[in-house]
Amino acid sequence: MKVLVCIKRVPDTGGGFRLTPDSKRVDTTNLGFAISPHEECAVEEAIRIIEKHGGSSTVLTLGPTAAQEQLREALAKGVSSAILLETEDYESWDAGAVAQAIAETVRSMGFDLLLFGNESADACNYQVGLRVAHLLDLPCVSGIKALEIQERRAIAKRDSPEGWEVYELSLPAVFTVKEGINVPRHPSLRGIMSAKKIPIEQKKPIRRDPQMARELLKKPQEGRQLEILGQGVEAVAKVATKLRELGAI
Amino acid sequence: MIFVLLETANQRLTEPSLETLTAARDLALKLGDATEALLIGSGVRALAPTLKGLQSVSVVEDTRLTGYVPEAFAKIAAEAIQKKRPNTVLAPGTEVGNDWLARVAVRLDLGLAAGCTGFSVENGALKSVTRTNWGGSLLEEIEILSNPKLLTLQPHAVSAQPLTGGEPTVETVTVTLDERDFRVRMKELVRKEKKGLSLTEAKVVVGGGRGLGNAEAFKLLEELAGLLNNAAVGATRVATSNNWRPHSDQIGQTGTQIAPDLYIAVGISGAIQHMVGCKNSKKILAVNKDSEAPIFQRADYGVIGDLHQILPALIAEIKKLKGA
Ligand SMILES: Cc1cc2nc3c(=O)[nH]c(=O)nc-3n(C[C@H](O)[C@H](O)[C@H](O)COP(=O)(O)OP(=O)(O)OC[C@H]3O[C@@H](n4cnc5c(N)ncnc54)[C@H](O)[C@@H]3O)c2cc1C
Repeated sequence: MKVLVCIKRVPDTGGGFRLTPDSKRVDTTNLGFAISPHEECAVEEAIRIIEKHGGSSTVLTLGPTAAQEQLREALAKGVSSAILLETEDYESWDAGAVAQAIAETVRSMGFDLLLFGNESADACNYQVGLRVAHLLDLPCVSGIKALEIQERRAIAKRDSPEGWEVYELSLPAVFTVKEGINVPRHPSLRGIMSAKKIPIEQKKPIRRDPQMARELLKKPQEGRQLEILGQGVEAVAKVATKLRELGAI
Repeated sequence: MIFVLLETANQRLTEPSLETLTAARDLALKLGDATEALLIGSGVRALAPTLKGLQSVSVVEDTRLTGYVPEAFAKIAAEAIQKKRPNTVLAPGTEVGNDWLARVAVRLDLGLAAGCTGFSVENGALKSVTRTNWGGSLLEEIEILSNPKLLTLQPHAVSAQPLTGGEPTVETVTVTLDERDFRVRMKELVRKEKKGLSLTEAKVVVGGGRGLGNAEAFKLLEELAGLLNNAAVGATRVATSNNWRPHSDQIGQTGTQIAPDLYIAVGISGAIQHMVGCKNSKKILAVNKDSEAPIFQRADYGVIGDLHQILPALIAEIKKLKGA
């Protein structure tokens, strides 16, 4: 098995967003970065599949030099090799451009299974994996929450309100993964040490003409007025009254 | 012309489809343009005449197209777009709609704005769209440079209005589909055993976060939920990634989006990715020991203190009230 997993580096924004003065981007000064959650699960899935069926896994991202941090994290968890499509200008790449660069890079690499996140945490475009699949003429199921490999077939499940939708594709195939498919592991200290020795293959992708152009970012309105019901156990009588008032009791 | 790709379930239009039709009609009015739609499925033809106010509805009736068949749907829509040359194509921003239009976009090599919440029209043309970033905790205004402009509409961004006007012309479209167009298709649907009230059905949701400290402590939340009307228990990503709760309990950007009458957030800091999943709650009550926690800026009612003391006392108080 040869498995590819494509990830995106995103800022770990906690309590709120700060925007740059021109409102063009999220101000990431003092913020940490992480692998976007659905992709973190895709990484875990890739590692589990290789642990079970043997073979090798490759993690790929299109992003700045600093995205090596996220590639190293995937390597530390057990992915075998890493590719960085390096561009500092990654925010000007739309989904179509990213998909084209990925498809061109991996076209002749012979992957049996290509995993993506269903949507990235920041841009929420819902399309890079699907686009890559079409460009490589491979079948794709999006938004899966279970995956099993049997011989040359992949059985994937989507979680819908009606139940589990079961799909069966023959390999090679592409899947976009949703958080919940597994609980990602933390890298071990040994993993972190050995990941440092793995060279990251770096390439400079060429961006084709953009089809989308961001004008600005803005925060949606939030409007709630806080009423403090009290402190500690003294508050419970008031809370219970409020719950009754709201029809909860 | 504005072209709408419609999603159906059991031979009916889904709510997001109706919302998309409403948004399309609204945009068409601003652009002084016509609206047309595409219906694909088995037994969907009868829906076409009900789409009042539309100029025309293209119908593909095929027993093989029951439910969503991704590649076949994408091929049909791409061909229809090439033939009809709309300036804008709109689909619901659901799992099906986003998947469908992404496949159309790559086939036609076009940009796609997913999860739109608004449109900006200038000089009779669609200038830019507002779309969700970060699951809706941030909005992006973006210009689509390619033509036609493809977009999906974020569910609940507009409320569906009844369709009024004349009956549309119904066009029957025939398509040739081959094996390849069916290589991705649902093999079976395995129904899930229903365990209690789901997070989206519950009127009250009691959510727990890192403040709970362990899986055991969630029993307190279960007990509290058991005393409240139509209540279910939810969790933050910290609780699910620590295996305290299953991922299906997670509320937030990468979990479930809930809209109960009341959300009780216990030991939860109020991170934006969590709050985007519960912002549609009518009321939010937060219990947190840190008076500076961001949740207090996003709640209607607050209790400051240690949940391990407050919850047992509250449970006792409610039991007392109910017993009385
Ligand atoms: C892209 C992305 C997507 C994400 N998606 C989600 C998502 O879908 N859902 C989600 O929940 N998170 C999500 N997160 C994570 C999110 O950013 C936060 O890390 C998470 O919500 C924090 O969970 P928490 O509030 O339980 O923990 P913390 O932020 O650690 O907060 C714990 C709170 O408990 C309080 N507390 C501690 N002890 C007590 C006590 N004894 N009594 C009372 N209060 C106490 C503390 O004061 C603190 O405020 C996502 C993050 C990213 C980057």
